[in-house]
Amino acid sequence: MQKEAIRLTGITKTFGSVVANRNVHLEVRRGEILALLGENGSGKTTLMNMLSGIYRPDSGSIEINGVPVVIQSPEDSKRLGIGMIHQHFKLVEVMSAADNILLGSNQEKKILSASRFEKVKAFCEEIGMEVDPKKKIYDMAVSEKQTVEIIKVLYQGADILILDEPTAVLTPQETERLFDILRKMREKGAAIIIITHKLNEVMAVSDRVTILRKGESVATVETAKTTIKELTELMVGHAVSLSIDRPDNDHTGTLLNVHHLSVCDEHGVERLKDVSFDLNSGEILGVAGVAGSGQKELCEAIAGLLPIHKGAILFKKENIEGKSPREIIKIGIGMSFIPEDRLGMGLAASLSITDNMILKNYHRSKGPLVNRKKAAKQAQSVVERYQVSTPSIHTAVRKLSGGNVQKVLLGREIDAAPSVLITAYAVRGLDIHSSYMIYDEINKQKQNGVGVLFVGEDLDVMLELCDRVLVLCHGEITGIVDAKTTTKETLGLLMTGAEGEAKA
Amino acid sequence: MKKRESIIHISKRPPLSNWKMATYYGLAILCAVLISSLFVILTGTDIVKFYQFVIDGSFKSDLSMRGLVRNILPLLITSLGVAVAFKMKFWNIGAEGQLIMGAVGATFVAFTFPNLPHGLLILLMALAGILAGGIWGLLVAFFNCKFGTNETLLTLMLNYVALYIVQWLRDGPWRDPAAKGFQKIPSLPKNAWLDQVGGIDITWIIALGLVVLLFVYFKYTKQGYEISVVGDSKGTAHYAGMNVNGIVMRTVFISAAICGLAGMLHVSGDATTHQLTMGVANGVGFTAIIVAWLAKLNPFGVLVVSFFFGLLEKSSGAIESGLHLSKAFTDVYQGIILFVILGFDFFIRYRVSLRLGSKKKNKELKGEAEQ
Repeated sequence: MQKEAIRLTGITKTFGSVVANRNVHLEVRRGEILALLGENGSGKTTLMNMLSGIYRPDSGSIEINGVPVVIQSPEDSKRLGIGMIHQHFKLVEVMSAADNILLGSNQEKKILSASRFEKVKAFCEEIGMEVDPKKKIYDMAVSEKQTVEIIKVLYQGADILILDEPTAVLTPQETERLFDILRKMREKGAAIIIITHKLNEVMAVSDRVTILRKGESVATVETAKTTIKELTELMVGHAVSLSIDRPDNDHTGTLLNVHHLSVCDEHGVERLKDVSFDLNSGEILGVAGVAGSGQKELCEAIAGLLPIHKGAILFKKENIEGKSPREIIKIGIGMSFIPEDRLGMGLAASLSITDNMILKNYHRSKGPLVNRKKAAKQAQSVVERYQVSTPSIHTAVRKLSGGNVQKVLLGREIDAAPSVLITAYAVRGLDIHSSYMIYDEINKQKQNGVGVLFVGEDLDVMLELCDRVLVLCHGEITGIVDAKTTTKETLGLLMTGAEGEAKA
Repeated sequence: MKKRESIIHISKRPPLSNWKMATYYGLAILCAVLISSLFVILTGTDIVKFYQFVIDGSFKSDLSMRGLVRNILPLLITSLGVAVAFKMKFWNIGAEGQLIMGAVGATFVAFTFPNLPHGLLILLMALAGILAGGIWGLLVAFFNCKFGTNETLLTLMLNYVALYIVQWLRDGPWRDPAAKGFQKIPSLPKNAWLDQVGGIDITWIIALGLVVLLFVYFKYTKQGYEISVVGDSKGTAHYAGMNVNGIVMRTVFISAAICGLAGMLHVSGDATTHQLTMGVANGVGFTAIIVAWLAKLNPFGVLVVSFFFGLLEKSSGAIESGLHLSKAFTDVYQGIILFVILGFDFFIRYRVSLRLGSKKKNKELKGEAEQ
């Protein structure tokens, strides 16, 4: 019988009065891919952070290769052969792939030796992965960066790999390639833990699945003997329906015309080039694209946060160029942009939920004082309607878990009853249960005649939820397609810049 | 590889209730006094006599009480001033200069219109103090908003500019001809002196008023709300449709204006000299930074903390003259007290636990978790 690479027994970790992990059991064998599944705030990240030496458990034991260990620092973790691939890459942008790979390893005495490119190349061949050692990181696509990140931890001698939501930034094709790499490593006897929210990926790549719910490990099942439905129920704790509605409605009329729009970022680099599209009343228009293809700039331009370089944006036939963000909010364009760190824009983290409710309309009440009574009522209703788990409406937003932060933001935007709702990454990192609730809310808005611009990551969801999908690549539109008749593969091709053959 | 776990384990505490917090701070003060007393005893000073001077120095007579209050007031007002900017995470460490400029502005009005009706003159002086201090801060805010210059450096450097402006005035335009060779600025005309209420100039009423006003301003007004949002994230403020640069400039102006007002009140109210000197600020602008932070930027907290600072300062003076001790001695004494209280702050926010015989403890914890 083979020894487990990792065995966690009875791990408990608390932060103040919050229990993040309670009596968690988990094991990963060599030559196995284990998927770690759980809703937001179920303690996945905390658990993995204990393996990578960032936190230490209050109680319980960690065994690596059958030996009990204490991991006190990321250094310890590295020495034990554990490599963590974070969602946000930890690479030096201005350095070459080879330099980044060698950087973290301790055995190199002379990092800048001329033979370093050869060395990295030889290593890559040995493990069967491909990367150009001389290429600079800033020249790389996201998937290439990820490959470098993986090679880096392998070079450091890791044979236990932890990947935290690795597919969030990849196209379907890139995801498939990543899975090939993981399968190859599995054959070589590595132990792999993959954290993901996407159940079809779990089914595609993993051997076993461990499910966390509310900080406890509720079950471990073999992937071959389970179904998506069963996994969901284990995760949520009760049965859920897994279909997204696409209700029809008879709203007509165009709300937003974007006309040959070009936008530059603060460094003067053109991030959107000649973008034109319409958004209709009662429609959900999806915006797909690899991360950083201009989605953020598009949202910001419509919300009046970035100046329009060329072209025009018309809202109900009225040009909004030159209007201040406050005026744009007033005419009924609401934006909820969920940035990668979830807090950067839209919420003030150190303020309470109540105070965040009035962020955009506090100035409308009469007199010099803020009206918090109304805000408290609104906070209460958002907390109830979206099932935000929080000790009170006076809790600082910073203290909520990521998913709850998102619910507060979206709840406020929807509550403001805009005629155009821009949501970017509305379900980023959200668990199934909360995601479906948000799809429902967005559908309700659609039926009320709101035009929704839905910037998203999960193509499966976009094809089910949206009416049309607009694809961005390097700031240009490569296609606007009918979601009912398009396949994921087509979207994937458009995202990488292939010519758009279908225009709706 | 087997390794021993480290013994000390630091983790964040859940937030404490207000009463518990007050108890802890009380305990901190007690500890600070005990430890600093140890220092006094170790240096061979008579501890009974020492504390007699501490108490007598501030509370014995009307005169010493008045001295104490006079010590507290500039610090209190200036701390309130810097707290406004700090709330917005704007690091205004130029209170010293803003206070000086406020004093300069007030003195200018007093010298230029000495014969105006008394009430009008005082009002004009206050206005000049507010404007002069406020503009001294606004300069920095303007460059910060327009060109992204570092406000810490700029406010700090302007302190020296303000100080040398006073020197120039003293040696040049405002030099007192009556003082013969001695270089000084003449005292303000009597018409420009602040009125007294309850044996002390009206500064104390203004200061207490400011405490309440700022408490309300921070907590209940739209402007106070804007300050918190901008302080939290400028990006979010921009997204919410706020005019971020306008808010920054307005807030810094208010912060600096309060410091300027402190300067005006100081030259016009200080019963001993009524005079603009190089030492008009005397480090108050810097001490105010510590006071504001110790008080967690709460106006009522500022009131309490500046009381203790004033007491410490006043007592130190009494000890120095009464026991013939050097300033270095009282500096160390003050240092110990501050250090202990700041140290306590850490223990109030974090829990430090020792892990002796960690295995046994682990088992206990596990038991708890399973219950």
